[in-house]
Amino acid sequence: MNDIGAAFASAFWMIVVADPTFLEIVGLSLRVTLSAVAIAALIGLPLGAALAMARFPGRGALVVLVNALMGLPPVVAGLALFLVLSRSGPLGGLGWLYTPRAMIAAQAVLVLPIVVALTRQTVEDLWAEYREHLASLGQTGFSAIPTLLWDARFSLATALLAGFGRASAEVGAVLIVGGNIAGFTRTMTTAITLETSKGDLPLALGLGIVLLAVTLAINAAAFAASRIGLARAGGA
Amino acid sequence: MRDAASALPLRVERLSYAAGGRTLLSAIDLSVPARGITVVLGPNGAGKSLLLRLCHGLLTPGEGAVRWAQPGGVVAGRKRHAMVFQKPVMLRRSARANVGHALRAAGLSRREAGRRADEALARFGLDALADRPARFLSGGEQQRLAIARAAALEPELMFLDEPTSQLDPGATRQIETMLAELSAGGVTLVMATHDLGQAQRLGQRALFLNRGRLLEDAPAADFFRKPATPEARAFLAGDLLW
Repeated sequence: MNDIGAAFASAFWMIVVADPTFLEIVGLSLRVTLSAVAIAALIGLPLGAALAMARFPGRGALVVLVNALMGLPPVVAGLALFLVLSRSGPLGGLGWLYTPRAMIAAQAVLVLPIVVALTRQTVEDLWAEYREHLASLGQTGFSAIPTLLWDARFSLATALLAGFGRASAEVGAVLIVGGNIAGFTRTMTTAITLETSKGDLPLALGLGIVLLAVTLAINAAAFAASRIGLARAGGA
Repeated sequence: MRDAASALPLRVERLSYAAGGRTLLSAIDLSVPARGITVVLGPNGAGKSLLLRLCHGLLTPGEGAVRWAQPGGVVAGRKRHAMVFQKPVMLRRSARANVGHALRAAGLSRREAGRRADEALARFGLDALADRPARFLSGGEQQRLAIARAAALEPELMFLDEPTSQLDPGATRQIETMLAELSAGGVTLVMATHDLGQAQRLGQRALFLNRGRLLEDAPAADFFRKPATPEARAFLAGDLLW
């Protein structure tokens, strides 16, 4: 009980005094996760829509694979990216290992399957409804993708939130490719891991509380935005 | 506004369509000249919707051909025929944006599409609904919007697949008024309908389909007064056709 009380006090204190180290950790966490989600969205939304509409041999297997990758363990993703980015790896020349870029890439890899899989499902349902009308307007095949993505925007916002949730909560991937370097690649989750192992439970718990609060705030904002948008646009 | 060249007449030649080993339309021959309202009649499963979809290019004929006076029914790079479905597809946008989207898809600039959308809504008395989400409109309002949306494309010919089958008499009357107005404005209409009263009110020419075959093609007045085939006589008398 003492620890929990101390944790809240510590979290409160860090926020009140705007502790620079603490702010840096929160800022980096948000920057890495939001960048990863943005990249995954840029690639995953059109890719998911294309997968919804394309018919080719092996499509079923690909859908199953993408769905399965939603459960890819972060440490495995981190390890794979570590091998790619390490000095002797194929992209070792970029020098990204142990930098925020590597962390963004790792989280993007984790978020991408979620965005693709959920987009595929949403767009497939919507396309079944819109197909004839869009074909009548000359939007057949992939030319219908912009219309479908726009009309699915509120469902897709939820898909991006799911991706954000996964990225902000994971520790394995950023720890492996980022290295948890103080002031450079230390995020909230890696800091919590470190403080816990050092025995500074109040600080670890304090960071945990902040992490929860940030996640809650972003979800609440997105929920409110999609509620308002939904009411304006007329149903999901 | 209309181009000098016309996509009409539409000529359907020996058109057949099969799916799942069943012949759904066989050897349909017909021609649709410019202007007038053609009603397509027949029992459920006769192939009415299928015929419209094939003519509109949503499906590819198994055999035979759908020939427009201009290839693909396209004049000046734009498709000159539009279609209104039984259950209108409403995009998750405002009524105005639904019309605007169709115009943008036809290649108009954002500004021009917006202007023409407002024009189309005003023309059919839908301007009060312009900012409402299309999916929150009533069934009748949605179908009127769907027709306004198709009309905004300024087609020469409009296919309508049982546009009033899910509407109450009041909404049906409003739709019929719209269609009569469109026809008076020079748009050629080809409409499948189950409503024989409607077919008599609007139709100038009647096509009667049964089991995938075109059995009658006659002026509507003649068809209703004196159908030539026993199938059509039974259909008009309300008997089940097998």
